[in-house]
Amino acid sequence: MKIGVLASQGAFAEHIATLHRLEVDTTPVRLTRHLTSLDGLIIPGGESTSISKLMLGYDLMDEIRNLAKNGLPILGTCAGMILLAKKIPDSDTEPIGVMGITARRNAFGRQKDSFETDLSIPVLGEKPFPGIFIRAPLIEQVNDGVEILARLADYTIVAARQEKLVAAAFHPELTDDMRFHRYFLDIVTGDR
Amino acid sequence: MEKTGTWKVKTGLAQMLKGGVIMDIINAEQAKIAQEAGACAVMALERVPSDIRAAGGVARMADLSIIEDIMKAVSIPVMAKCRIGHFVEAQALEATGVDYIDESEVLTPADESNHVWKHDFKVPFVCGCRNLGEALRRIDEGAAMIRTKGEAGTGNIVEAVRHIRAVMSSIQKLVNARQDELMALAKEMGAPMELVETIHQTGKLPVVNFAAGGVATPADAALMMQLGADGIFVGSGIFKSSNPEARAKAIVQATTHFQDPKIIAEVSKNLGEAMPGLDIKQIPTEELLATRGW
Repeated sequence: MKIGVLASQGAFAEHIATLHRLEVDTTPVRLTRHLTSLDGLIIPGGESTSISKLMLGYDLMDEIRNLAKNGLPILGTCAGMILLAKKIPDSDTEPIGVMGITARRNAFGRQKDSFETDLSIPVLGEKPFPGIFIRAPLIEQVNDGVEILARLADYTIVAARQEKLVAAAFHPELTDDMRFHRYFLDIVTGDR
Repeated sequence: MEKTGTWKVKTGLAQMLKGGVIMDIINAEQAKIAQEAGACAVMALERVPSDIRAAGGVARMADLSIIEDIMKAVSIPVMAKCRIGHFVEAQALEATGVDYIDESEVLTPADESNHVWKHDFKVPFVCGCRNLGEALRRIDEGAAMIRTKGEAGTGNIVEAVRHIRAVMSSIQKLVNARQDELMALAKEMGAPMELVETIHQTGKLPVVNFAAGGVATPADAALMMQLGADGIFVGSGIFKSSNPEARAKAIVQATTHFQDPKIIAEVSKNLGEAMPGLDIKQIPTEELLATRGW
């Protein structure tokens, strides 16, 4: 199994480090040629406008969009979730736009509102997952066929899955808890 | 229970900026140009460093109404500078809601002995350094991100190279040292023992480290990345050049593709004039910015 991590901008090294700890072969993706023979792709946190523009620069946007439509499993965290969403209100950032969710950017406010909280994510078991939200987005709406994976105490949707696409508003790559990455790898192998 | 202002969310934002370019801007219009070019954040200032250098006198925190305008104009994080040791400017910036504070040698220091005790704040801080000891002192005071200082406003990369090389080679020295040598090394670099031990064990800084002070071209940015920086600050280099839009975009591309000489060559074409550069040796010692702070 080989998982690519989009390395245009953002916390890609943290995802690569987590995958290494899980003994998974990884490769950073900056150009379309890095997308060949991948079993899955992770789009990390970072600045979604910056990542989007860098993807447009070297045709990555179209290529990743096509791969997603053909069933490539993709995990998007924070900015990655925004880029997976079909709709991003009040933004002219071009997303990959393959997942039936509406993602609101900076939904909790500015950095002073960034927070940590224990999350209940039923598909990962009973133990709470450390949720790290940094200038985080939220999922405002989900289309049919999208499974909600996690909500905050006030029912705000913060993680979802649509077939082999997984989106999280928080940063599993900034924690030592590898269950979210394992969950994604199970989707890649078809075990989930 | 939601906890704000934790070390994890402070250092985490810097991790999200990695591989990106943070651009100095002085108004909302420039902020939009920076965002459009792909900047991962902007640094709001009243004047860019080369103009501060030319103007002389006392350089202070920017007018907060300008910073508010900039915060409204863009969706990327907005940073702003306070003077070294001026914790009340920092309080005012925190109250304004900026995403990161740069306790910066580019402004005139308010305190020649003490830096801001940054653990008191919920907003994260970035601080400059010339070597590893200085970086670790700032981190111990609560800096959640570090940048090498270079020499701001010169368009000359030589000091930035000196500082990033100093940091990276000292990290290697700590990694290779024996346990019984660490205390002497900590004493020599004036760094807290606990952080010296952390680096000895992990081989890297505990926070993100960007390069700053003199980046004027895409090749300059890629040079700093190849030397080990996590990302780039560009001060005067963009808006003092003849074509800011094109140059900003090219520096963003070169920072992402820093290991790809073909792309660096391609994006370096037709950018117009770079900012006018300054020879460090021609600058009177008392006008050097990097020696401010310790």
